[in-house]
Amino acid sequence: MSGSAVMMMIVAMVVVWGGLIASILFLRARPKVDDTLLEDPDMVREDTARLHEPHPTRDL
Amino acid sequence: MASTGSTAVAPETRDTWSSPSGFILAAIGSAVGLGNIWRFPGVAFESGGGAFIVPYLCALLTAGIPILFLDYSIGHRYRAAAPLAFRRMSRPTEALGWFQIMLSFVIAVYYAAVIAWSMSYFVYSFNLSWGEDTLAFFTGEYLKVGDPGVSATIVPSVAIPVVLVWVAVLVVLALKVSDGVQKVTVVFIPLLFVAFAGLVIRAITLPGAMDGLNALFTPDWSALSNLNVWIAAYSQIFFSLSIAFGIMVTYASYQRRKTNMTTSGLVVAFANSSFEILAGIGVFATLGFMAHQQDVAVGDLEGLTGPILSFVTFPAVINQMPGGNIFGAVFFGALIMAGFTSIISILLGVAASVQEKFGLSRTASAITVSAVCAVISIALFSTTSGLIALDTVDQWANNVGIITSAIVMTIVVVWVVRKSGVLNRHLNAVSTFKIGRVWVVLIGVLAPIFLTVMLVDKLISLIGDGYEGYPQWYLALFGWGTIAFVVVAALILTAIPWKGRDNKDFVAWPDVDEEVER
Repeated sequence: MSGSAVMMMIVAMVVVWGGLIASILFLRARPKVDDTLLEDPDMVREDTARLHEPHPTRDL
Repeated sequence: MASTGSTAVAPETRDTWSSPSGFILAAIGSAVGLGNIWRFPGVAFESGGGAFIVPYLCALLTAGIPILFLDYSIGHRYRAAAPLAFRRMSRPTEALGWFQIMLSFVIAVYYAAVIAWSMSYFVYSFNLSWGEDTLAFFTGEYLKVGDPGVSATIVPSVAIPVVLVWVAVLVVLALKVSDGVQKVTVVFIPLLFVAFAGLVIRAITLPGAMDGLNALFTPDWSALSNLNVWIAAYSQIFFSLSIAFGIMVTYASYQRRKTNMTTSGLVVAFANSSFEILAGIGVFATLGFMAHQQDVAVGDLEGLTGPILSFVTFPAVINQMPGGNIFGAVFFGALIMAGFTSIISILLGVAASVQEKFGLSRTASAITVSAVCAVISIALFSTTSGLIALDTVDQWANNVGIITSAIVMTIVVVWVVRKSGVLNRHLNAVSTFKIGRVWVVLIGVLAPIFLTVMLVDKLISLIGDGYEGYPQWYLALFGWGTIAFVVVAALILTAIPWKGRDNKDFVAWPDVDEEVER
């Protein structure tokens, strides 16, 4: 492979795969915000109802 | 699944936070689709090779991720599929939501055809039944491609898998097994990564593989002055991340109110691009092998773009490869599985919108939407004009439709209804990755300016030069006609009085409105 091709490949890998690793590490380090947000129980109830609607992309 | 047991809620005892890995895997399942495997390598190659990496990374960082966050914030704050979410943000913007949802509808219609072709090729790969001349097989024997036109000649070998795809979609939606799909996604996405990584390792150990990578990554800097290359990069990012056409708005609406949106969004966006780069390496290493076998330069190979790459060039490589049929089965199997989970999520976005607007049951709207999609899909793509129709619709839906949608959405949110501050604070309130004013500048200034320049250039080229030499009347019907259909359908759907779920008492949470101009 030519030098410029190797360079572009490394740039792509560092930015994209490095970004993936960095964002996973960041998420592991700071998985959630401080528990200062208090939810209205009505909203929690509404969310729970919505949880019962099947959806392929909702979190488990 | 957590917390589906009881509806009697005791908030203090319930952990409203979800496992981040479940959320992220599901999101990646929705983002990783045909765009990554089927679309990216060809687009990258025809758009300047290594130089394409520059606009691609720019598009990812300056528009892809910021607009993904915008989609997330609208869906997550207003808790509904695109039309209702936009309506709750500001009533007249409902039409924009429908514009995005109709784009999804169009994309689902042709997405099914690509999955169907992959199904056929999955079967063919076991005994390499495409023969030596894979181009003649694909366009001739398999698709029986005729002239551009409206054809009523059904091609049974294509019609059967297209019908099968829609039957599978309808069964999944009707039996309410989408929970199952969700579980499949969580198992399947790591599996897809492993299978594809294996494929890539096999590919890069082939003779000539390095020449392929050389062709993919050698920068042709002159391509950077070509606006079409930039447009290709932005539309690739948008299509691949499923942003600006309503999917991610719907998706975010199903997340719990306390969900770490931006941090998870970063993982999803980078995972999606990581997979894309991996696919590019695998595909081009394979092409290098083929060039090596034929003793030509990779650039001299024909058919490196779009459907031809997957369905003509790849089979030709598989023919020459030791153990090619296993390689082929893994490749086409990956296409089918990535495509199927994505088409289900696209259709459920459309179905959720219809359900909310018309107050239908979830199953009724899912079945109605899929049935309409299925009829159009079977009519258009199981005939001799299928490939040309798909190519044309794909070109307009992505490079005109989605780009327009992104421009209108960013301008409307930031400058017309002026909600960027609220959405910014919303994301920061629930997420650990804090976004600052830079985000507003990106979505409010940089993205719209850049996207508008690109769109205008694209429009000039499409109006002036046409597309692929297809007749003008054909482009008017299937290209511009697609856009006209999306616009008209969006206006009609907006004009119909709202009958369904539009709760007057809806309150956006958390309360971050204090700095808002009222």
